Amino acid sequence: MNAATNSTNTTSKTTNKTTEVTRDQPSALAGVTPPPTHVTAHDTAHDTAQAIGNDTVPDARAIEVTDLTVAYGERPVLWDVDVHVPQGTLMAIVGPNGAGKTTLIKAMLGLIPVAAGQVLIYGQPYSEQRHLVGYVPQRGSVDWDFPTSVLDVVTMGRYGALGWLRRVRNSDRELAMQALYKVGMQDFADRQISQLSGGQQQRTFLARALVQDAQVYLMDEPFQGVDATTERAIVQLLKELRAAGKTVLVVHHDLQTVPEYFDWVTLLNVRRIAGGPVDEVFTDENLRLTYGGRVNFLTRSPQPAPETDVPAPHNVASDKTAPER
Amino acid sequence: MNTIAELFNALLFDYTLRTVAMGAAVLGIVAGALGAFAMLRRQSLLGDAMSHAALPGVVLIFILTGVKSPIVLMLGAAIACGAGVLLIIAITRHTRIKEDASMGIILSVFFGFGLMWLTWLQRSGTAGQAGLNSFLFGQAATLLVADVIVMAAFGGVALLVMVIFWKEFKLLSFDRDFGAGLGYPMQGLDILITMLLVVAIVIGLQAVGVVLMSAMVVAPAVAARQWTNRLEHMVALSSVFGALAGVSGALISSLARGLSTGPLIVLCISAIVVFSLAFAPNRGLVWNAIQRRRRRHQFRDDRVLVSLYHMAQQHDTLSHPHSARAVQTMHMRPAEVHSSLQTLARRNLVEPVNGNQWALTPAGIAEAEKHL
Amino acid sequence: MSITQIEIQLIAALVAAACALPGVFLVLRQMAMMSDAISHTVLLGIVLTFFVVGELGSPLLILGAAATGVLTVSLIELLNRTGLVKQDAAIGLVFPALFSIAVLLISRFVRGVHLDVDSVLLGELAFAPFDRFQYFGLDVPHATVTMSIILVINVLFIVLFYKELKLATFDPGLAAALGFSPALIHYALMTLVSVTAVGAFDAVGSILVVALVVTPAAAAYLLTDKLRVMLGTSVAIGIGSAIGGYWLARALDANIAGSMATVTGVIFLGVLLFSPHRGLIYIARRRVRQKWEFAQTMLTIHLLQHEGEPEAVLESRVDHLVEHIRWQPGYAEQVVRYAERKGTVRRQGGRLLLTDQGRNLAQDALVRT
Repeated sequence: MNAATNSTNTTSKTTNKTTEVTRDQPSALAGVTPPPTHVTAHDTAHDTAQAIGNDTVPDARAIEVTDLTVAYGERPVLWDVDVHVPQGTLMAIVGPNGAGKTTLIKAMLGLIPVAAGQVLIYGQPYSEQRHLVGYVPQRGSVDWDFPTSVLDVVTMGRYGALGWLRRVRNSDRELAMQALYKVGMQDFADRQISQLSGGQQQRTFLARALVQDAQVYLMDEPFQGVDATTERAIVQLLKELRAAGKTVLVVHHDLQTVPEYFDWVTLLNVRRIAGGPVDEVFTDENLRLTYGGRVNFLTRSPQPAPETDVPAPHNVASDKTAPER
Repeated sequence: MNTIAELFNALLFDYTLRTVAMGAAVLGIVAGALGAFAMLRRQSLLGDAMSHAALPGVVLIFILTGVKSPIVLMLGAAIACGAGVLLIIAITRHTRIKEDASMGIILSVFFGFGLMWLTWLQRSGTAGQAGLNSFLFGQAATLLVADVIVMAAFGGVALLVMVIFWKEFKLLSFDRDFGAGLGYPMQGLDILITMLLVVAIVIGLQAVGVVLMSAMVVAPAVAARQWTNRLEHMVALSSVFGALAGVSGALISSLARGLSTGPLIVLCISAIVVFSLAFAPNRGLVWNAIQRRRRRHQFRDDRVLVSLYHMAQQHDTLSHPHSARAVQTMHMRPAEVHSSLQTLARRNLVEPVNGNQWALTPAGIAEAEKHL
Repeated sequence: MSITQIEIQLIAALVAAACALPGVFLVLRQMAMMSDAISHTVLLGIVLTFFVVGELGSPLLILGAAATGVLTVSLIELLNRTGLVKQDAAIGLVFPALFSIAVLLISRFVRGVHLDVDSVLLGELAFAPFDRFQYFGLDVPHATVTMSIILVINVLFIVLFYKELKLATFDPGLAAALGFSPALIHYALMTLVSVTAVGAFDAVGSILVVALVVTPAAAAYLLTDKLRVMLGTSVAIGIGSAIGGYWLARALDANIAGSMATVTGVIFLGVLLFSPHRGLIYIARRRVRQKWEFAQTMLTIHLLQHEGEPEAVLESRVDHLVEHIRWQPGYAEQVVRYAERKGTVRRQGGRLLLTDQGRNLAQDALVRT
C-alpha cells in the first residue's frame, strides 16, 4: 500500500541501503551506524523531555509507541499503550493470553489498522523508517510445507531492499548464507523447510530478519516451542544484536527467563501495566496487576529482599511513564 | 502401434484435432502455472466457484452486445468471475459466513442466474445463441484457430505478469505478514494474482466448460507438488502436467465417437495425480511405505546383530558362533531372524559357521558396538 | 392457477425444504462445498445403478447415489489424511474426476433414455408433473412422493439426532469424549445430503442443489443465533425462493431451477444488507456510532491516566491530542465537542478536565478490558 506512494523514496532508500550493505559485508551485525535520522530523534526526545520539565536526558529512543489504541469491531484490544525503547536494549513484552502482545507488534508494523496513536522509529513515523525495522513473525503463521528451501526463505529478507521487479542476485544469497551461519543453520541451506524441527524453523526466521540488516527488530514469540539449543542460540543472537547497538522488542511467554534474557520489559494486558528496566518494573506486584493475581509468582524464584521492598505498588496512573526516566 | 502413429499423423495434419490439442495445451499451461499458486494459497476451490460464476457474464454480454466473438465472451466471463471473487471476499470478511459457504452461494447463485438468462435466450428464439451452450460443458471441438490465438495471447500476458511479479507472489503465498512488513502492498498483490487466475479460468471455459474447469486449476498443482520442493520447478511442472493432460485428452477423444474432450482431459490429469501421489519419490505413498519397511528391517537387523554380540560376550571371543535358534529365543519371529541373518551375511557382518551356526565378523563386531 | 402449476410449486417447495435442513449443518460445519462435490458425484451413482437395474424410476437409484455420496466423502477424507493434499484441494480433485467418469459413461453407453448431462446438471422442473405416480387411487407426480419421503427422512433424522448433531457441530471434541462419534455423524449427514441431492437433481439439477442447500442456510445464519430458529428460517427462505423462483421463471419463460437460485441470491443479498444485527448497513451504522463512543472513551481514559501527573497540563490540551493520539485537528475538536455534549469532559481555559461521569466511563472501560 505504501510502496506505491513511496515510489520516489524507494530509489534513494535502495541506494542508501546498498552502500550500507557493502560496508557491512564482513558481518551484517558489526558496525553500528546510527541512521541519519538518529540525531534529530535524539533532539526531539530531548526537547520533549525538557518541555515537560524533566532535566535528565533520556536515552535515544529507537522505538517510541505513543497512545496506541487498536480495536477489533467493538472490542478494544489495546488501550492507549505507550512503549518507549532506548536504542541498544532488549525489551520483552509479557502478558497473559489475549493481552494484545501480537496485536501490538502487528499494529506497530502497520499490519492492522490502529484507532489512534503513533509509532516512531528513531523519531520518524514508521512508514518512513520501514527499512530500519526487521520482523520475525510467529513460526506458526506460515505453511511449512511450502515448496521452498531454507536459503530461499532467508533470502526473502532481502526483498525489501531489492524492491519491485529486481531479481534476487548472488550477493543476496551470500548475505542470506552469512545470516544462516550466524544462527548455526548453514548446513541446512538447501533443505526443504518442512524437514526442519521447530527450533530450526525459528532460527530460519531469525536469519531472515538478520538479512534485513535492520536497526530495530520486532520478534513475535521467538522462544515458542523451541529446543534448548535454539533457545541458547537465540539468546546469544540477542546479545550480539544488543552489542551491535540494535534494539529488539520480543513478545515473550516465559516469565522465569525475563530477568536473565532482557534488559527492559513491558507488562501488557490490553493496557500497559508497567514498563521500564527489568529490575525496576518486573515486580510481583506488577505481575499480579498484569495477570490478575491468578498465578502465584512468588514461586518464580527465591527473590532477594529488595524485590519485595519496592516502595509503592505501581498503579496504572503513576507508573505510566515514570520508570523510563 | 498403428493407432499411435495414426494419432500423431492426425495431430500434425488434422486441422480440428490440431486446433483442439493446441487449445487444450494452452489452457493446461496457463491453468497449471496459476493453479499452483492458488493451491499453495489454499484457494483450490476458488477456481471452481469462479468458473461457475463466469456463466452469467458470458450470457449477459451476449444479450447486451449480440456479439459472439471469443474476446467479447471472455471479457464478459472475466467481469462476472471478478465480481464473484470480490463478493466472496467481501462476504467472508464482513460477515460471520465462512469462506466455504460464501463460495457455495456465489457459485450456485451466479450459475443459476446465468442459466436463467441462457434459457430465456434459447426460448426467446434469438438467432445465434447456439455457441453459448459450449461454455456449460465445454466443446473443445468447436475451437477455432482464432480462439486458440486469443487464448494464447491472454494466457501469455497472464504468465508474463506472473513472471514479472514472481518474487512478490512468492512472498504473498508464503508469508503475507512479513511481506507487508517489508512494505509490499499485499492486498493489491492478492487481487492481482486472483485476477490472473480469472484469466486462466476464462480462457479454459470454452474447451472444458465451467463444471470441469476447476480440476485444471487444482489437479496439475497437486501432482507437481509431489515431485519437487522448489516453487520454480513446481509451477513449471504443473504447467507441463496441465499441457500433457490437455493434449492426451484431446487425442483420446478423437479415437471414438461420443467421447467428449473435457471429461477426458480431467481424467488424464486425475491419472497423473494418482500416479504422483503414489509413486513420487520422497512424498509418494508407495515410496514412504517402502522407506518405512526398509527402516523397520534395518532396525530388526540391528537387533539381531546386537543379540549375537551380547551372546558372544558370554564367551571368550566376540566371534563365538551361535545357532539361529539361539538368536530366536531373544526375538519373537523365527522367520524374521532368518531373513535378518541372511541380510547381515550379505553385508559381511556375520558369517555362517559349521553349517547351522552364525558368528560375527570383525566388521560385524564394529557395527554392533556402534549400536550399543 | 392450474393443477400443474400448483404441483410444480409443491415439488419446488418440497425440494427447497429438504435441501435447507441439512444445509444448516453444512454451513455451520464449514462444509458447504461438500454439497457441491456430492451433488456432482451422485450422477456417477445414478449411472452405475442404471446400468445394473436398467431403469431410471427405480428407488435403487437413490441407494446407489447415496453410496457414491459416501464414496466421495471417504475419498476426500482419505486424500486429506495422507497429509499430501489439503482438504480444499482434495474436494477439488475428487468430484471433477468422478463426475467426468459419469459424463463419459453417459455419452458413450446411454442412448435414448432420459438421462443426459444437461438435465442432470440443470434440471427441468416444468416436466416433473408429467411423470406421474398412480397407486391406491392416488394420482400425484412421482417427484412429489420422492421428495416428501426424503423431506420426512431429513426431518426425522434432525429431530431424532438433534442433540448429537448440535454437539458434534459446535464441539466435536466433547462429542467424541461423550461417546457420540463425530465421524459417524459426519457420514450420516453426508448420506443425507447425497439422498437429498439425488432426489432433487431431477427437479433442479445438481449445481442448483448447492444453491438451495447453502444459500438459505447462510441467510438464516445472518438472521439468528439459535439453531432451532436457524433451521426454521432456512426452510422458510428455501420455500420462499422456490415459489418466487417459479413465478420469476414464468414471467421470463426461463429455466425454473435457475430462477429459484436467482431468488435465493436476491433474498440472501437482502438479508446481507438489511439483517437487523448482522447486516452490512447495520454494521456500517454501528461502526460510525462506535467510532464516536470509542473516541470519547479514549479521550476520557487518556485524561484519566494523566490526571494528577506533572505533565497533565500538557497532556490534557486539545492540541496535544492532535499531536499524540494522532487525531486530525478538526476531528479532535469534534470528539471533544461530542464528549462535552455527553457531559464526560469539560473545558477550562485550554485544558480539558474529566467530569465525574467521564471518570466513571474511563474507569468502567478499563475494568471491562
